[in-house]
Amino acid sequence: MARVVAVTGNEASAEALRQINPDVCAAYPITPQTDLMQRFSGFVSDGKVDTEVILVESEHSAMSACIGASAAGGRVVTATSSQGLALMWEMLFIAAGMRLPVVMPLVNRALSAPLNIHGDHSDSMGARDSGWIQLYSENAQEAYDNTIQAFRIAEHMDIRLPVMVCFDGFIISHSIERVEYLEDTEVKNFVGEYKQLYPLLDIDNPKSYGPLILPDLYMEYKRAQHEVMTKVKDVVLDVASEFKKLSKREYGLFEAYRLDDADIALVILSSAAGTAKDVIDEFRGRGIKAGLLKPRLFRPFPYEEVADTLKKVRAISVMDRADSFGGYGPLFMEISSALLHIKERPLLINKIYGLGGRDFLPGHAEMVLNELMEIVETGKFKTIKEYIGVRE
Amino acid sequence: MKQKGWKELTPGAVILEPGNAVEFKTGSWRAFRPEWKEENCIQCLFCWLYCPDMAINVKDGKRAEFNYDYCKGCGICALECPGKKGQKAIVMVEEGK
Repeated sequence: MARVVAVTGNEASAEALRQINPDVCAAYPITPQTDLMQRFSGFVSDGKVDTEVILVESEHSAMSACIGASAAGGRVVTATSSQGLALMWEMLFIAAGMRLPVVMPLVNRALSAPLNIHGDHSDSMGARDSGWIQLYSENAQEAYDNTIQAFRIAEHMDIRLPVMVCFDGFIISHSIERVEYLEDTEVKNFVGEYKQLYPLLDIDNPKSYGPLILPDLYMEYKRAQHEVMTKVKDVVLDVASEFKKLSKREYGLFEAYRLDDADIALVILSSAAGTAKDVIDEFRGRGIKAGLLKPRLFRPFPYEEVADTLKKVRAISVMDRADSFGGYGPLFMEISSALLHIKERPLLINKIYGLGGRDFLPGHAEMVLNELMEIVETGKFKTIKEYIGVRE
Repeated sequence: MKQKGWKELTPGAVILEPGNAVEFKTGSWRAFRPEWKEENCIQCLFCWLYCPDMAINVKDGKRAEFNYDYCKGCGICALECPGKKGQKAIVMVEEGK
């Protein structure tokens, strides 16, 4: 029986970690993640889990400790945000390159400068090429569910890659929502016993981690790493279908909201998708065929599936809560690549919104949908990339 | 030796065979080669002791020929060799000469 509670995203994520009871957790506080690790450390102090918490002196050390503990043969977690993720940068590549299934809730926050602590995807988008699997969550429920599923995906014997579970700072991490918790035993059974692969602590079978690989083999290792990424989609779908049996909640590679017959659509990640769905409903009420695509698995990006879902839409606005200065928004780049091979592809525009926690209001979605209607009518668009919700 | 393709690699570049440094032959790096002059050797085995690799063979407690597969030509053996009456038992000669 599920328990219905009113909790924040951080609380829900910490609860998932309590139910999973990992072997090792490296913790370093950074707003808005602090509360997550603090709550989890509370579970450790109260004897509710037997995780070994390592209090490190920086996020670089946190990820290093995770890499060591994971190579040793443990089920390992940490969590971070923004500059913390940026400080982990070189270790992120090492965790992925060594194929260590570390799980990390990432409470999305803007990167400095100027210093800002609020929700923004510039941190996770900066780490998108590190070889980590990235899952995005719309609300506290999805943050909880994705955290549980992340262990199964990361630890799958065909995958063995680290997973980042992203959810928006403050908007999700600190807002209280209705969340359905699974029973402890259900989570325990779902996640299962941790299976080790080449643990360093198996001293009867000595092995080495982290060798120097020169030009004669490096490219082969990278090719092999890419191959693993191609297998992730199927595992994500398998895990989601098993999770559905347990929770009755459905997950896929992305959510296609009222897209079947849509003429215009928004592509939008995480919490802002909730706001946009309300506006989509309102447009549908007025007989306008609007829809929304909310990516869940961002790395590896499911290009074919996204293209197949969006190909019949006539005009799309891709909404980015991060920028690539001198380029289009990171999500826009993915969607345009996905649609590249379709002959009669939708017209695409890119809107940058909500940076540094700036509110994404229903009016913004309305404005963009109206612009898309105009594009459908005229077949022309004014500018490809534009900031919205910004003062002139 | 046939080089490995990407499908044959262990996940995450983990090395599963302990002691495999023996397969990693480093002799091709060498610019100078040590040469053993047996007539000047007093069998002190300082060369064996000081060699940072495994380039000096010892057989029945006695100094034998160099193992050039692992000698990088660092010259420590030649430097430490006391020789016999001022005559070194190990001298470095330029590779290829």
